[in-house]
Formats: sequence, structure tokens, C-alpha cells
Amino acid sequence: MAMTITEKMLAKAAGKEKVAPGQLIDAKIDIVMCVDVTTPPAISMLAERGIDRVFDKEKIVVTPDHFQPAKDIKSAELHKRLDEWARRHKIKHYYKIGRAGVCHALLPEQGHIRPGEVIVGPDSHTCTYGAFAAFSTGIGSTDAAAAIATGQLWFKVPASMKIVLNGSLGPGVYSKDIILAIIARIGVDGALYKAMEFVGPALAKMSMEARMTITNMAIEAGAKNGIIGFDKETKQYLDEHLRDKTNYTIFESDKDAKYDSVEEFDCSAIEPMVALPHLPSGGVPIGDCAGKAMDQAYIGSCTNGRIEDLRIAAKILKGKQVAIRTIIVPATPTIWKQAKDEGLFDIFYDAGCVIAAPTCGACLGGFMGVLAAGEKCVSTTNRNFVGRMGHPKSEVYLASPATTAASAIEGKLADPRKYL
Amino acid sequence: MSKAHVYKRDHINTDEIIPARYLNTDDEAELVKHCLEDLDTDFVNKVQSGDIIVSGEDFGCGSSREHAVWAIRGAGVQTVIAKSFARIFYRNAINNGFYIIELPEAPEKINDGDELEIDYKAGLIKNKTAGIDIKFAPLPDFALEIIEAGGLLNKLAKKNC
Ligand code: SF4
Repeated sequence: MAMTITEKMLAKAAGKEKVAPGQLIDAKIDIVMCVDVTTPPAISMLAERGIDRVFDKEKIVVTPDHFQPAKDIKSAELHKRLDEWARRHKIKHYYKIGRAGVCHALLPEQGHIRPGEVIVGPDSHTCTYGAFAAFSTGIGSTDAAAAIATGQLWFKVPASMKIVLNGSLGPGVYSKDIILAIIARIGVDGALYKAMEFVGPALAKMSMEARMTITNMAIEAGAKNGIIGFDKETKQYLDEHLRDKTNYTIFESDKDAKYDSVEEFDCSAIEPMVALPHLPSGGVPIGDCAGKAMDQAYIGSCTNGRIEDLRIAAKILKGKQVAIRTIIVPATPTIWKQAKDEGLFDIFYDAGCVIAAPTCGACLGGFMGVLAAGEKCVSTTNRNFVGRMGHPKSEVYLASPATTAASAIEGKLADPRKYL
Repeated sequence: MSKAHVYKRDHINTDEIIPARYLNTDDEAELVKHCLEDLDTDFVNKVQSGDIIVSGEDFGCGSSREHAVWAIRGAGVQTVIAKSFARIFYRNAINNGFYIIELPEAPEKINDGDELEIDYKAGLIKNKTAGIDIKFAPLPDFALEIIEAGGLLNKLAKKNC
């Protein structure tokens, strides 16, 4: 029976020849990713039941990120619980402050993501790692507790949806615009419970960083996982980053594999996009919303806080002044250092931006750029729900780093193409 | 008496159920104080133990925070009836032993304030106010197994003994 790449990976993890959509399986987990908000409850749940153990101290990756450095006493207590647990169990890959970063940027960068493996984490954007031809999905704290203790989890095999990306991206158009256009068409539950498999010639020309922006937002269409097949680009990134150089398994979808639906996009026709409040599916071309006044610009997060994103923003901001509060948050310490060494900090400083330490921070309304009532923020993040970045009466406009930088200069939503 | 609190909208997300500004704790009693705060500031004042939330499509979408299930359960809500659920919320509910009901006609057949009685085994909702019986498909067996054990971890703990 023909299978998709997602089905093949789950079959392997379940120790089966084949699996089919809808089938319930017990899958072996290769990596459990742990963060500060959702892992401490998992740890407590295990302790309460007397199963305070870890299945493999080398297969758990821990990084505080959402509220790190601790933003208040309560979050400091969360960090303390995470820290005590990670030390007690001698977790090998524990990124303490100074090396900690936004999880979904940190794990691939530090070489923890390998093709063909199953990665879970108590954070919904764990689907990001699908860019590396791996099966990865977000789970809750109870699931995380079970995965930490046993290295196993139950899954229902998802049906797959194929997204074909034809053409090539025009100047000033980035992978963020593509994923916003996809979600605008299919809706925030357009891929509910499904595997979103991205294929097509436009992908071949995208860097791994750009691809991660796409799989990162698969959850914003309701998907269980996002997945992109292995190619030269994947191999090169892995050669440079992988910790464990042993062989990994490369899966690909069979030619006659079954898809629930197929959606085709002509990327050449996609323009810079902005998702208007309050759903990620609110995407419209910049031409339809340019000129709307903003109070803040935010460049960071697991969607667009990587070095490539900062370079794109810096190119536009170079020699210009921002008209509104502009907050730049490199997603990991490595990215932070790279940006500094490349002189991007000088560009941001000269333009009047503030540069923060790696954190999720204001992406989820935590700290470092929280919005007041009535304020509007153009942001490179992935969610513009009510109250997401602060007051329930504030508004978030999702865009690419280029559109966000251009908007920072003008103080209103702006087309990045005039700054190229 | 179990009263229905109906939010007909689709895509009620976990940021609305429990805003991230309160995620600096996992203490259920604290979370309960802010349950559904960004959707309906009055909810915590009017909800009574045993009440039911009724909603549209894709309930619980967005962040994977299980705090959403804890806040709702902690507020005394016995179940959520929705046209459909977001994937992670669905998992989290089952894993916590919290029974949820998928019912496509929910927002049409149940009005805000209606009194409901639910027979989970029979898959039957009695809407006493409207005087109608509504059938629903019970959760699949694997989910019932987890719920009967009192959640995934209790099932796991039992297996370990
Ligand atoms: S950057 Fe934002 S979306 Fe990404 S993991 Fe952190 S809070 Fe979640």
C-alpha cells in the first residue's frame, strides 16, 4: 500500500510495516522538547504519581524560553522547578540561561533534529521541525509527562493534505507571505487533524530557515504536523549542524500515496501579506491595508527570529529611522552573537530599535513589549488572537520581517518592496 | 442543575480561555480566576459547578497549554460541547480524564441558559428547557479507557504498579 512520508515515519515509530489514516498507534519518541511554561506541570504530575523518571536523559532537550530571563516571581518559580528537575535527572541537553533560546529556533540550530524521527514537545509550534523531514507535533503537559517517563505516546495517524507551491517568490516576498496566503485560503481549521505536506518547485529555492517559517505555522491551519521532504538544502544544513552524525533515515511519499485534498499555489502571484486581527487566516495583500497606523513593530519569535530574518530586516532599516517602538529579539544566543558580529546591532541601534535577549517575551504577551489597550503592533510572530500580545483591546498584524521593518520606518503598514 | 453557557462563535482559542499573562503559574485555583477572561469577563462570576460550555467549530485552537483544560475543569464545568475541537485541546481533555462532546448541531439545539442533563453512556443530552433529546456519538473506546482510568498518567501509573 502506498504511503505518505508522514505515514511512513509513524509506521516506523510504531514498529509496523504500514499504517493508515485514522489508525491508533503507540509510537516511540526520539526527542522530547521541554520548555518553561508547560514542562513544570508535567514534572509535578509525574512526581505526584510516584513515576518521577525520564526514559532517556540524552533524548530530552530542555530550554526555558517563554518567560526567560524570569519576568516575575511566579515565572522564576517555574524556572526553578524546571532547573531542579533537569539537574536531578542529569538531562544531557539542558540549555541554561546564556545558552537558552526560543525552543523551535534552538533545537535545529543545536543539531537535535534528525530526519525520519519523531519529536514532540508541550508547545503547539513543535510542528516547526517538519521542515527537516521529521515527524514533529505539539502536545500538552500530560502527554509530555507520559513521553518523558516512557518515551512512548498514542497517536491517531493523520490523513494528509498536499500543498503544492509552484512558481517562485518575487522580490520582497518571503516564506512568511506564502504561509499567510495559504492560511488565508484554507482557514484556521483548513487542515484540522491533518498532516500538511508541502511540495513544489518554490520550496527548492528556499533556505531551511525560510522553510521553518512555513512548517512553524502549520498549526495555525489546525494541522497535526507540517512536513517538507529531504533535499540538498536539508542535507547541507544538517551537515553543518547535526550533533549526532550517525545515519538518519530519509523517507519520502510514494508517488501514488493518498491525499485528502490538494491545494495549489502560484507563489509568483503572491504579494507581501499581512494577517489582520484576530486570526492568522486574516491575510490580505499589503496593497489592501498599507497606511494603517501602528504603535509598535516586533521582529522575533520562533517564526521569524532567525539570523536570515534579522538580515532581511537590517537591510531595510539600514540608514533609516524607525517611527514607532521597534523591538528586535534574536531567537537564540547564537543568532544574537551572529547578528552582533555581522554589524546588524549597529544598524538596529542607529535606526532607533531596542535589541532584547533571546526570549519568547511579547510574542505571547509575556514581557518585553506588551501592548496597552488600543495599541496596534505589526509583528513577525505567528498568532494575532485577541489579547495575544497584551491587552484584550490591542491588535496584532502578522507580517514578514521585511514588511515589519518597512512598517517600522513609516509608523504604518508599508510595502517592503519600495525599500529593496 | 446544569446550565449551558453558549458561545456560538467558532475558533475560541486557548489564549481566550486562559490568557498567557496568567501562565506564570500552573496552580489550578489561580487559573480558575481567569477562565475565559478575554472572551467573557463575567464567566467566572456566573458559572456554577456542573455547568456546561457550548460552542462552535475548532474549540480550543492555538497554544497547546493544558492550562485551558485545567481552568475550565477547575471552574466546575462538567463538559464542553462543541461542533468540533482543535486537535491538541481534544488530546489534553482526554488525557486529563475530562469528557468532551463533539456535536455538529450543538449551537442550534442549545441556547444560552438552557438546562441540560447528560447521559454519557447512552450518548444522550436532555435539553430540559427546550424539551428535546439530542443524541451524540460517545468518545471512541481508547479515549473512554483513558477517561475511566482518571487520565493518561493514572493509567500509566496503574500499569507500572
Ligand atoms: S516565540 Fe511565540 S509562538 Fe514561538 S514558542 Fe515562543 S511563545 Fe510560542
